[in-house]
Amino acid sequence: MTGARAWERALVVAALALACALPFALSGFRAFQFTQVGIYAIALLGLNILTGYNGQISLGHGAFYAIGAYTTAIMLDKWNVPYGLTIPVAGLVCLVAGFLFGIPALRLEGLYLALATFALALAVPQILKYFEHWTGGSQGIVLSRPEAPAGLTLTPDQWLYFMTLGVLVVLFVLSANLLRGRTGRAIVAIRDNPIAAQAMGVNTALYKSLTFGVSAAYTGVAGALSAVAVAFVAPDTFNVFLSITLLVGIVVGGLASISGAIFGALFIQFVPNWAQDISKAAPWAIYGIFLIVFMYTMPRGIAGSLKLVLNRLARASGGAGGPV
Amino acid sequence: MEIFLQQVVSGLATGGIYGSLALALVMIYQATDVVNYAQGEMAMFSTYLAWTMINAGLPYWAAFVATLAIAFVGGLVIERVVIRPVENAPILTIVIVCIGLLVILNSLAGWIYSYIQKPFPSPFPETPIVIGTVVFGAHDLGAIGVTLVVLVFLYVFFRYTMLGLAMRAAAQNPSSSRLCGIRVGWMLAVGWGLAALVGAVAGMMVAPIVFLDPNMMGGILIYAFASATLGGFTSPGGAVLGGLIVGVVENLVGTYVRFIGTELKLTVALTMILVVLVVKPSGLFGRAVVHRV
Amino acid sequence: MKVHGVQARGKEEIMTRRRIVTLALVAALGLAVPTSPVSAETPGVTGTEIRIGHTNPYSGNASAYGTIGKVIAAYFTKVNGEGGINGRKINFITYDDGYSPPKTVEMVRRLVEQDQVAFLFNTLGTPTNSAIHKYVNAQKIPHLFVATGATKWGDPQHFPWTMGWQPNYQTEGHIYARYVLKNVPNARIGILYQNDDYGKDYVKGFKDGLGDAAKKLIVMEQTYETSDPTIDSQIVNLKNSGANVFFNVTIPKYAAQAIKKSAEIGWKPLHLLNNVSNSVGAVLKPAGFQNSKDIVSTFYLKDPTDPTWKDDQGYRDWLAFMKKYYPEGDLADLGNVFGYTAAQGLVHVLKQCGDNLSRENIMKQAASIKNLSLPMLLPGIKVNTSPTDFYPIEQEQLAKFDGERWVLFGEIYDAGKK
Repeated sequence: MTGARAWERALVVAALALACALPFALSGFRAFQFTQVGIYAIALLGLNILTGYNGQISLGHGAFYAIGAYTTAIMLDKWNVPYGLTIPVAGLVCLVAGFLFGIPALRLEGLYLALATFALALAVPQILKYFEHWTGGSQGIVLSRPEAPAGLTLTPDQWLYFMTLGVLVVLFVLSANLLRGRTGRAIVAIRDNPIAAQAMGVNTALYKSLTFGVSAAYTGVAGALSAVAVAFVAPDTFNVFLSITLLVGIVVGGLASISGAIFGALFIQFVPNWAQDISKAAPWAIYGIFLIVFMYTMPRGIAGSLKLVLNRLARASGGAGGPV
Repeated sequence: MEIFLQQVVSGLATGGIYGSLALALVMIYQATDVVNYAQGEMAMFSTYLAWTMINAGLPYWAAFVATLAIAFVGGLVIERVVIRPVENAPILTIVIVCIGLLVILNSLAGWIYSYIQKPFPSPFPETPIVIGTVVFGAHDLGAIGVTLVVLVFLYVFFRYTMLGLAMRAAAQNPSSSRLCGIRVGWMLAVGWGLAALVGAVAGMMVAPIVFLDPNMMGGILIYAFASATLGGFTSPGGAVLGGLIVGVVENLVGTYVRFIGTELKLTVALTMILVVLVVKPSGLFGRAVVHRV
Repeated sequence: MKVHGVQARGKEEIMTRRRIVTLALVAALGLAVPTSPVSAETPGVTGTEIRIGHTNPYSGNASAYGTIGKVIAAYFTKVNGEGGINGRKINFITYDDGYSPPKTVEMVRRLVEQDQVAFLFNTLGTPTNSAIHKYVNAQKIPHLFVATGATKWGDPQHFPWTMGWQPNYQTEGHIYARYVLKNVPNARIGILYQNDDYGKDYVKGFKDGLGDAAKKLIVMEQTYETSDPTIDSQIVNLKNSGANVFFNVTIPKYAAQAIKKSAEIGWKPLHLLNNVSNSVGAVLKPAGFQNSKDIVSTFYLKDPTDPTWKDDQGYRDWLAFMKKYYPEGDLADLGNVFGYTAAQGLVHVLKQCGDNLSRENIMKQAASIKNLSLPMLLPGIKVNTSPTDFYPIEQEQLAKFDGERWVLFGEIYDAGKK
């Protein structure tokens, strides 16, 4: 194990311990905020698998977030399905939707793909409004927030927080394994040199659409969790700006890095709040300045900069350094 | 038939709007290889400057020319100051900086000018031109004309001038261009300046139709993306034509496909673009980009 | 620019954060107990202060509404400068929710659990308020005078802690329907509306008002999205439908476009324009006065850009207030009249509460307003509520534009007296 790895592992353990202690040290409102962070982190990880690792830029992941949220909301509202069950279903629905969208997207590259996915983000709210019978139209669907299961002495906020944290850990471990193995190498190879990857026997088409599906599934699960946590869905929540926010999240957090999803989630959850605390007159102007300054100081995102620091630390403490 | 013709005419008018901003997008993409998400807000801000000058008593055309000059310099400065520090960063980092620019300009405009929409004068007469039963808005026609003039200007500029040639070279192959003595950094800055100028023209042509407010360009930018995608991001003429096609198709879908009506017309238009893209991945008139392996 | 009373909060918040965290922890624990006893002391109320919470979009594509939060803050600064209410100063805490329901939930929880506000006031938007509707009622926090025209806010039986404010969109749709039935014998109606809750509420009220005749009379319905750059195509279709009545349910940008475009293509129906967009300065002037002649609309507030009110005392006071307390605010913006009037309504309620500022009493007083006149309400329009009537303003009057100003006509329509 290299020095940098050791540092990394220590950080992960510390972060997990902190995450578990958090809701007991904070108010219900803060726990809710960190639940949102967890939800965003799952969505960002999904987008990062596609954009960061596989090199397919998506400006439309808000659409999958919406599909996930509505799958859960409709199942809860129309059929009273237990909410725990709706979340994997939402993930499956998005897996299929993402895979199907990934097939025509195979033909597109870079900019054109980005704009095609952007179109998806634009269309989904309109479609949601159109099928009013199911979706409640523009009024949306009001849900009830779940209580903690009997026997657990947790507040609903703490329960939602731990549920999200649990899903997050499972999904993060899954993706870490996926990306570290053969599949991961194929996914990255397609990004770096598609023709060479194909020559090496990687089924590019299949891998690309599958990556799209998996990525959509992650984001869909996040959407489902958000429907449960916010207890309300409405089409205009899932506007184009949500998709752009998600993209901001992965770039600020760090492309092609699993921990980047967490940093990105913290950024998109808290920085707008700071911006408005500084100025109510033009909060977006402050947010924009934050964004630009962040990109100047960390052009490869927070995770990218952190990696540099860790490598340096490892080298200083005599570790082998080496690429992480 | 009358309704068909009128919808086509009105679609062309709206499409002209999309095309004019699409032209600015294509312009900057050709010159710098970046899609500028702040293009719409830059155009909006330029239009506010024109509005301020006209309100201060400047004649329309004087304000028009002054705005173009300011927009050009503004675009240049933005490239030098805001974009240059991340020039060599991954492309998505530049995209995020552009998004930062977008929200800053939008927020500032609202703060300075308030969100109340303002009328913006048109240089063209108010009385519409009526042929048979079909009505042509004089400003709509004029705006399409102006867009075409800009298009010709760009074509000539990139095709026949040294500066234009140098800019194309700088965008397509920075290192070789540098070896030829082209100052690549400045070429990129000029590209931003020119795109800002083209955007300012678009803003001043659009504002009399949609009225001037800080969110004026939001929807238009989306359609301009669609237009440029359809026409091909490497083809200025294609972008304008793409705009006109999107405008007309959207109107006809909204009018004739009953079960869709106006509620899903955007969705249908977008789906059609997707279909086109699947068949022609670089747009109708775009060049396929050859990758070196 | 400084938002009054907001920036000062920032500093104070840092200083008392520790205390607030402790308080919030207690609140969080309280959440776990289903029947938390009503304390004698209301959170957010001290001998010298009343804390009020508010959310509004200061960023995002609905940021045009941001001015409402700013004008309310400015009005409370004025109230505080004049000694406050029964000796208590108002501490108005307003947050940006960007018109996004999840953010509203977060911000409202911050207000309630962290800032410990006594109640919520004039939170803006239909989807945003929908997202917090259940929460505030479960927490038993007064949710007063919400800034939305949807109909669902006046339901004391199911949501006893939420109260509307402005006349709702359905009521207004009803007024136009009555007008058409009475005055247009061979009506063929074309409707243009925004494809969301706001547009649909108007259309529902209008159709209900037309009753059985609705199917026969309405010849075409067209919608638009707020991302549409223009609505030209819809206007062309409406003209082609042969409609002689045009019910225009659009926000200012599209309303002005619709007026201009109809004139351009030579369509001259009876034009019914929703209250949302009847500002002389922000809509009719950009659209052209000549094109706007004979449009019919309904009113409950005085339009500050209408010369009719030039010498009106209420208007002059508003103008003086704007110049002194909110000089950067746009005088053509009806939002600045809306917020001003709502804040005055709230001040009335708080004065009525006297020294009993328990949440129950605030709600009780809000539900017993009798014939309250406010200076920027149209003459004759009064605010009325009761324990079974949670619709404070229910009166509106029709007006026709004469090419320069709105001319009120007919009697005041009162939805409460149906």
